[in-house]
Amino acid sequence: MSAVYLMIPAALLLAGLGVIAFIIAAKKGQFDDLDTPAFRAVFDDDDSDPSNEQDAARDRSS
Amino acid sequence: MPPANSTDQPAANQTTCNHCGLPVPPGLIDPESELQFCCNGCQTVYNILHTSGLDNYYKVRDSVNPDAEPAASTGSSYEELDDPLFQSTWVTQENESTAEVELLLEGMHCAACVWLIERLPRVADGVIEARANIRRRTVCVRYNPDHIKLSAVAQSLDKLGYAAHPARGKEARELRIREDRKFLIRVALAGALAGNIMLLAIALYGGTFSGITDAWRTTFRYYSMVLGLIVLIFPGRIFFTGAIAALRTRTAHLDIPIALALFVAGVWGTVNTIQGIGEIYFDSVAVLVFLLLVGRWIQHRQQRAASDSVELMLTLTPSSATLIDESGNTKRVPIETLEAGMSVLVNPGESFPADGVITDGTTTIDNALLTGESVPIESGPSDQALAGATNLSSPVTVRVQAVGEHTRIGKLMNLVARASEQKSPVVRAADRIAGYFVVIVITLALGTFAYWAWTTNITTGIEHATALLIVTCPCALGLATPMAMSIALGRSARSGMLIKSATVLEQLARTSSPAGKMLLDKTGTLTQGATTVIDIQGNESLLPLAAAIEQSSNHPIARAIVNAADSSLPTATNITQHTAQGITGEVNNQHLTIGSISFVTKHTGAIIPDDLQPKVVRLIDRALTPIMVHASPSNSIAIIGVGDQLRDDAQSAASDLQQRGWELSVCSGDHPRIVETIANQLNIESHEGGVTPETKAQRIAESKEHRHSTSTPVVMVGDGINDAAALASADVGIAVHGGAEASLEAADVYLVHAGLSPIVKLIDLSRSTMSTIRLCMVVSIMYNTIAATLAVTGVIDALIAAILMPISSLTVVAICTRAGKNTQTSHQPPEPR
Repeated sequence: MSAVYLMIPAALLLAGLGVIAFIIAAKKGQFDDLDTPAFRAVFDDDDSDPSNEQDAARDRSS
Repeated sequence: MPPANSTDQPAANQTTCNHCGLPVPPGLIDPESELQFCCNGCQTVYNILHTSGLDNYYKVRDSVNPDAEPAASTGSSYEELDDPLFQSTWVTQENESTAEVELLLEGMHCAACVWLIERLPRVADGVIEARANIRRRTVCVRYNPDHIKLSAVAQSLDKLGYAAHPARGKEARELRIREDRKFLIRVALAGALAGNIMLLAIALYGGTFSGITDAWRTTFRYYSMVLGLIVLIFPGRIFFTGAIAALRTRTAHLDIPIALALFVAGVWGTVNTIQGIGEIYFDSVAVLVFLLLVGRWIQHRQQRAASDSVELMLTLTPSSATLIDESGNTKRVPIETLEAGMSVLVNPGESFPADGVITDGTTTIDNALLTGESVPIESGPSDQALAGATNLSSPVTVRVQAVGEHTRIGKLMNLVARASEQKSPVVRAADRIAGYFVVIVITLALGTFAYWAWTTNITTGIEHATALLIVTCPCALGLATPMAMSIALGRSARSGMLIKSATVLEQLARTSSPAGKMLLDKTGTLTQGATTVIDIQGNESLLPLAAAIEQSSNHPIARAIVNAADSSLPTATNITQHTAQGITGEVNNQHLTIGSISFVTKHTGAIIPDDLQPKVVRLIDRALTPIMVHASPSNSIAIIGVGDQLRDDAQSAASDLQQRGWELSVCSGDHPRIVETIANQLNIESHEGGVTPETKAQRIAESKEHRHSTSTPVVMVGDGINDAAALASADVGIAVHGGAEASLEAADVYLVHAGLSPIVKLIDLSRSTMSTIRLCMVVSIMYNTIAATLAVTGVIDALIAAILMPISSLTVVAICTRAGKNTQTSHQPPEPR
């Protein structure tokens, strides 16, 4: 049972890390825009890279 | 090559534009090509997309929102964006080769737009990254100022169909973003701590039933105390500050019982922890703080989104004017530097930056937003031009007479500000109920404490009083109401109604008749706000010929005639314009004279045949302007009736509103006869024309005085600057699509989509939301009454209270997600009042 004496602070430490990570993310603006990223998910990534011009050209001619 | 939007097939045999999906006028159909466009703008945009390999735009658009219309480009040069003054205020220089700017875009509304805008680096060289924000309709562009000028960035966006504007008010916005983040961190911290305290509580409750050593019990209780106190001190602090503020202003705010419960539970829990006996309450406290914060955060976010988008629309007002100095050179200057006596150049399509007198050039001026007059005015040298009016046809020079606050629009805006200040704050039902609630709960708690302290001992008294405070914690009022409101606000925003304040929903929800009084503006609200051809009498085949000649004119009536003639137009020669009267020219070997009846009859000597006379009278009766077309040598005559057409859904919306118990009235600055005709068409009995903006606001005030009871709201629906004062002084001001910025600022609701049917939808949504909120309140008050009785009599202790509390919260939260749903059916059953 004495392991609990160790585990509770360890668990709280983990929770604290999670909270700190969240705070850093919030301060960096990760949660400022909660709508646009949902739309980005529907885009096909096949031509998002400008170097893929050939692929894009093939898409166009097909 | 197949058409790029092959999934978006037109209905049957109609040819639609490959870019925007609208029908292509027969004259523009190119039988040789697979691709069809309704105008040059669409073709240009299509070509840009195609040559940049961005055909996927159509695919994305069709897969997410097949109804969305792409925006049209304006072709502006945006050179004012390169001004060092603009640059220093709006552009952030990240390092030597990167600058960042936030631009507000018109016409961004769906995923396809986001997709296209974020591909900006492929269209414009030198742009490093573009990040769109759909909710606020902005794009954050990072670019290399050595490679591309800001004006070129804006031009590229414009070419894609999104007119760009610098987003003003950067500092205020950054401040708000920081505030939002702080709020979110509070919610997260409360959540994390509440979760951990719950884990400890499980151990403790488990120990209560199956046995636990005192050492473990003490350890867990001390851990709970530390975490619980953190919850109270950091995220829970806002309830204490709220309660103190409420006490100072002597109002019974919901924060008072919440703060009291938190305080008593916190202090008593600490005492019990140190003493090692009794309940510790920290689990209840932490969960309570977390749930209440979640509710508040959701509502806060939703309201901020609505006010953000309205505020950003306000930045669309022209911020610069073209100044002409003594030597005749023109220069773009900020509007604030204008003074009386200066000369400014106003190009067609621009709005006048100040009140003044035209010194050079003749043009037509659209005053519709300013005064409600539907017919544009011909103006020439020494005529007045008002700030905010739109110059329609040709460039003019204006000598400035009044600027800023001294202009007519400036005075109107002062009126708006005054009206907004005088607007009495609405006492919301939730706040009213909360007031009683606070008093009852605190009295009960004191009574419980006194009774038990008297009959047994003080400890029992505190135990029972604390149990009562926790069990009656106003979750339905504190959590369900904001949640239901914000869910409804979100639903309405998705269907194109931006609501600035949640009280609107409550005001519009009245179901018994009369539901309220609604004053409707005419020009631009009930009608399209633009001149179109409505009827043709006589020889209809003259229309395309007339259109061929009118093509060279920018006059709104001319444009209406050109738009009405949809087939390919013959070439016209020898065109002569007679200012403010008419136009002559030759087409297909015919000499045509077009203009007012008096002009044409005088000019050609032709007379209107007897069979046409009554038809002309009927046109005038319908409030249309008759335009006569005479052709010689064939001597044929046509009379074209032009006017401002009713919106398609005006008829059905008006009858729907009347059916829902609303008393309608048309109130317009336009000619009384036109107003009467429109009102008759809509079966609205009460109407008034020739009303000045000031009188409109006065009519609202009168209606508010003479209303049946305090709960019937007075609603103003309008679009123009002339409606702004009335919108601000009405209980609920609704600005319709396409309105002036001033009306947006004054209104409580802004309709994103054209037409009046959203108003009906808004009312149904309000009704459904309020009935959901009432249900939540009934459930929670019932629950609280039962639980409070049990707590007062001492039947349940704090443990059971702690279990019952979240169950009641869950129940009401589950109910309130219904808010604003089923708006189609909600208007039939009358609700008990």
